[in-house]
Amino acid sequence: MSRASVVAPIAEPATTPPLLHVEGLSVGFATEDGRIRVVEDVSFAVAAGRTVGLVGESGCGKSVTAMSVMRLLPAPPAFVAGGRVLFEGADLLRLDATAMRRVRGDRIGMIFQEPMTSLNPTLSVGFQIAEVLRLHRGLDAAAARAQAVEILRQVGVGAPEGRVDQYPHQLSGGLRQRVMIAIAIVCRPALLIADEPTTALDVTIQAQILDLLKALQRDLGMAILLITHDLGVVAEACDEVVVMYAGRVVERAAAAALFGRPRHPYTAGLLAARPRRAVRGWKLPTIPGVVPAPGRRGTGCSFAERCARALPRCRDERPPLVAHAPGHDAACWNPPP
Amino acid sequence: MTEALLEVAGLRKHFRRPDGRAVVRAVDGIGFTLGRGETLGIVGESGCGKSTLARTVLRLTEPTAGAIRFDGDDLLALDRRALRARRRDMQIVFQDPYASLDPRLTVGAIVAEPLAIHRVGDRRARARRVAELLATVGLEPEAATRYPHEFSGGQRQRIGIARAVALEPKLVVADEPVSALDLSIQSQILNLLVELRRRLGLAYIFISHDLAVVEHVSDRVAVMYLGRIVETAAADDLFDAPKHPYTQALISAIPEPDPARRRERIVLAGDIPNPEAPPPGCPFHPRCPQAMDRCRREAPRTVDLGPPGRPHLVDCHLY
Repeated sequence: MSRASVVAPIAEPATTPPLLHVEGLSVGFATEDGRIRVVEDVSFAVAAGRTVGLVGESGCGKSVTAMSVMRLLPAPPAFVAGGRVLFEGADLLRLDATAMRRVRGDRIGMIFQEPMTSLNPTLSVGFQIAEVLRLHRGLDAAAARAQAVEILRQVGVGAPEGRVDQYPHQLSGGLRQRVMIAIAIVCRPALLIADEPTTALDVTIQAQILDLLKALQRDLGMAILLITHDLGVVAEACDEVVVMYAGRVVERAAAAALFGRPRHPYTAGLLAARPRRAVRGWKLPTIPGVVPAPGRRGTGCSFAERCARALPRCRDERPPLVAHAPGHDAACWNPPP
Repeated sequence: MTEALLEVAGLRKHFRRPDGRAVVRAVDGIGFTLGRGETLGIVGESGCGKSTLARTVLRLTEPTAGAIRFDGDDLLALDRRALRARRRDMQIVFQDPYASLDPRLTVGAIVAEPLAIHRVGDRRARARRVAELLATVGLEPEAATRYPHEFSGGQRQRIGIARAVALEPKLVVADEPVSALDLSIQSQILNLLVELRRRLGLAYIFISHDLAVVEHVSDRVAVMYLGRIVETAAADDLFDAPKHPYTQALISAIPEPDPARRRERIVLAGDIPNPEAPPPGCPFHPRCPQAMDRCRREAPRTVDLGPPGRPHLVDCHLY
């Protein structure tokens, strides 16, 4: 089988096959009001060693997309309505539970926004790191502990020989996030999925964690799928960006191209709405209104009712995600100049 | 120069742990002034004491020591009744629009509450005023008969703002007012706050951990670290030429929303120290890339580095 022929990764030479290729992914939830789709026809690729940002505001479907890649959504109520998640030659959506467990934590690591809720408060951090090594590498307790100390050192935890026996509540938010990262990368995954990894952290600690992720990526050759709402973090950390709105990808491009010349009015609106000194005391450009709720997203462009550039066509007919420049895709009938 | 609206001097708020063993110096000797109609931004990371400062300035918590002069009154000398009357002129907007509105009251009752407490107008006059206020903050008049849970986060923050400005106060303390909101909604609320300031001549104390937001709204900015203000200056001066090493690191840590302008950051080592056991000398010295021997022993005094009439205050031994 030839994965390279399926799609070329974004803004990458076509010779490098993507490590992760999400293709036409649709995910929904069964609710009291029936089955409602929250992610629709999402496609993007992550090449080995690259960082791709998955960006959007609350409810846009970015976390559901990431959780679906890892198959971490409880089903039911969640259901996959279509699509494929190709990773290292396999469609993750078709793996059985045992095979999926082998991928998770080994080939794909994951970190979340709030380390306190993803770490087990009753187990020492050393135990939680060692657990991964025993499960995936079959190490004995002594070897796993030695490696836990080593990985804590690598993620910048000072005095790791002492920290390894501490419990999550004894650590600061920044240290907890480092422990989460240690657990996620201890098996040297090919892909790290990081869901809002710095959102709960202070800005000086955020800078430390972003630097750490960059250094680890360089040392381990790991690809990163970074889920965030923070455009500043995206610009600092990502090679490519996928912008989601109301469950769909609306724009996809190299970071420099996206920030330099956004092709979707939503992306352009978000960039303009950022507070900054140049417009101090003046009105910030805003995007009026709110995101339409799932199940009320109509047949046209979901952004049309908030869009200053909307044409009559936008309300009836959904724009396809197509290239507006090489490697720069947008779903818009009337893109900004 | 006209008299300042608010003058705070030597303000302290210490909390004793329930077991009595440790004292947290959440606010540890803070002074500043706020002019009428001025916006003072206060930035700092979690645990620096900025929210305690907000509550203490309004006497929502009693300070341990210090002086607060508000609009000609010694705020700390007022008895309960006099303080309550004074509260007309000082209001607060909270971060969490979900937690700060009473879910059992209609939006109309929530917005009318300060009017009722201060006995402004009769019932009908208050209803008219509520409709006016809702329009001012961009809500439909029908909102008055609905309940908070029927509104989105941004709309709830509008309700909270309508309540805060109902009595046309002179001072509004806004504690992280847009932190819980998405970017596209954040700009709507920031615009509303800026517009209300212009229309009503409000002064703001605007507290945030987000430097971009503070830079956007503030005339002057104060930077807090471990219960103290380490630098205060006009917003332009502070962001163009930060003097304190902490301010410099803080500004350089803001992710730049432009990949063409990625640059070297000053990345501080270590964590924010435990406020129960602040380091001796300058509280920032354990993380400071420029710390000298003196910084470990002696707390720095405030020096003014600005030109005459444009103070730029810094607490640092480098100057």
